[in-house]
Amino acid sequence: MAEPTSSSGNTPREGSVTRAHTVRGYADLTGEVESKIVEQIGEQHARLVSRLSEVGAIIVIASGKGGVGKSAVTANLAVALAARGARVGAVDADLNGPSLGKMLGLLGSQLEDRPDGIVPAVGVAGVKGISTDLLIEEGVPLRWKGPAHDQFVWQGVTEAVALREFISDVVWGPIDYLIIDIPPGTDKIGRFLDLVSEVGPSHLQPDQVLLVTIPSEVAGAVVARSATQLLEGGVPCIGLIGNMAGYAQPGRDELLPLFTGPSAGDIADAVGLELWSEIPFDPVFGSRTDNGDPAGAEGDSIVAQVFTDLAERVEHGPGGREEKK
Amino acid sequence: MSFSDRDLPGDGTITALFSCGACGREMAMLTNPMETQLVTSLGVEIGGRTVPEQPLQQTRSRLDAPRDDAFVDEEASLAGDPGSSSTIPATEHEFVRIRVTWTSEATDRLAGVPKFVRGMVKRIYTEYAQEKQIEVITPDVMDRARSDLGLEGM
Repeated sequence: MAEPTSSSGNTPREGSVTRAHTVRGYADLTGEVESKIVEQIGEQHARLVSRLSEVGAIIVIASGKGGVGKSAVTANLAVALAARGARVGAVDADLNGPSLGKMLGLLGSQLEDRPDGIVPAVGVAGVKGISTDLLIEEGVPLRWKGPAHDQFVWQGVTEAVALREFISDVVWGPIDYLIIDIPPGTDKIGRFLDLVSEVGPSHLQPDQVLLVTIPSEVAGAVVARSATQLLEGGVPCIGLIGNMAGYAQPGRDELLPLFTGPSAGDIADAVGLELWSEIPFDPVFGSRTDNGDPAGAEGDSIVAQVFTDLAERVEHGPGGREEKK
Repeated sequence: MSFSDRDLPGDGTITALFSCGACGREMAMLTNPMETQLVTSLGVEIGGRTVPEQPLQQTRSRLDAPRDDAFVDEEASLAGDPGSSSTIPATEHEFVRIRVTWTSEATDRLAGVPKFVRGMVKRIYTEYAQEKQIEVITPDVMDRARSDLGLEGM
């Protein structure tokens, strides 16, 4: 639909044929006929920036590897921070395999629909949250409307936009921490970084990224890829969390080994990251988390002490409340 | 040529109609379903946005099997109180706000909209009525809004 123009300001490439008219690029279009898609995308980004202006710090929990306990770490860290008086929101970015809704006790909540946004569900310890768990019927996989064939063409874009809406269209209010639980796949980490750091007047970055691994060579290898991606993306603060670092027997201080692979400390050294925490597996703790009652820092178990220390570390990290004092 | 109309034939395509103000000639552009889906997946409106983007609009309009009771409207009267009124907080699309009421027929029709998006749809109709200074929303007004705002796909 674009009329040819010679006033686009485009400079012909060296060696190219200079034409009387230059075909305008999309960004050059003006007038009433076009969709103003660039402006619409700009408005979306502005909404994201505006919403995040009330967030003290963005904390990303990721791994790249599946099954290492990212959501359990997210839920317990969120509750541990809330127990310290922090105002916490949590986004379940695992759209296809949501579990944070259940872990944070959000299931069954209805989301209030307001003109200024969707009011998030409130779960354990007052943690606010959003998850596809709250939007789709139980037991039904996430499916999007659209052409049934070649869904790969558009599905990734749809999900990236849904994740953006989870952040920009939810009335988080002034909160100290927005914790994002990133699904498995190193591409998902990159997608999130792209989402928050789109070209615009504000260049956003997560304040802290916590990569979760288990004492396994395979998990360590995947986490190494994720760390590389984050470092290439210029993320300034990355900590490693070693989950399932031994078996914590209820009522006993001694830890039994769970895996024979490299320790989280070994993986941290190999990857070049700082080890922030090692979390033993405690079946009671795990069961409470699975049933929507994460203990976080509550109680005197080994795991509770670990989450107490981790929450304190986050508070003193970039964007944390202690760091801002 | 200027944009004059658009239509959703129902097979995933969008038809955009352009007409010449001088000679009256018309030209239609038909997109293929994949292109349309890819672009609309960005959360943008092809042909330009006619109403402000609603919270979680893309997610809500695209989910295939949503939970019907996922959302609760902030107005208790939304669910089907004939003659209910709405006062919508100011948005960037400012206009003099009037009290808008819904006839029972219009409310009945709104009740047919899935609850998942009902609040969003009611807000759009109410804003349309306020912008046009229409005090009573009837099914006819809803039809006009659908046509004027290009809401065929919602």
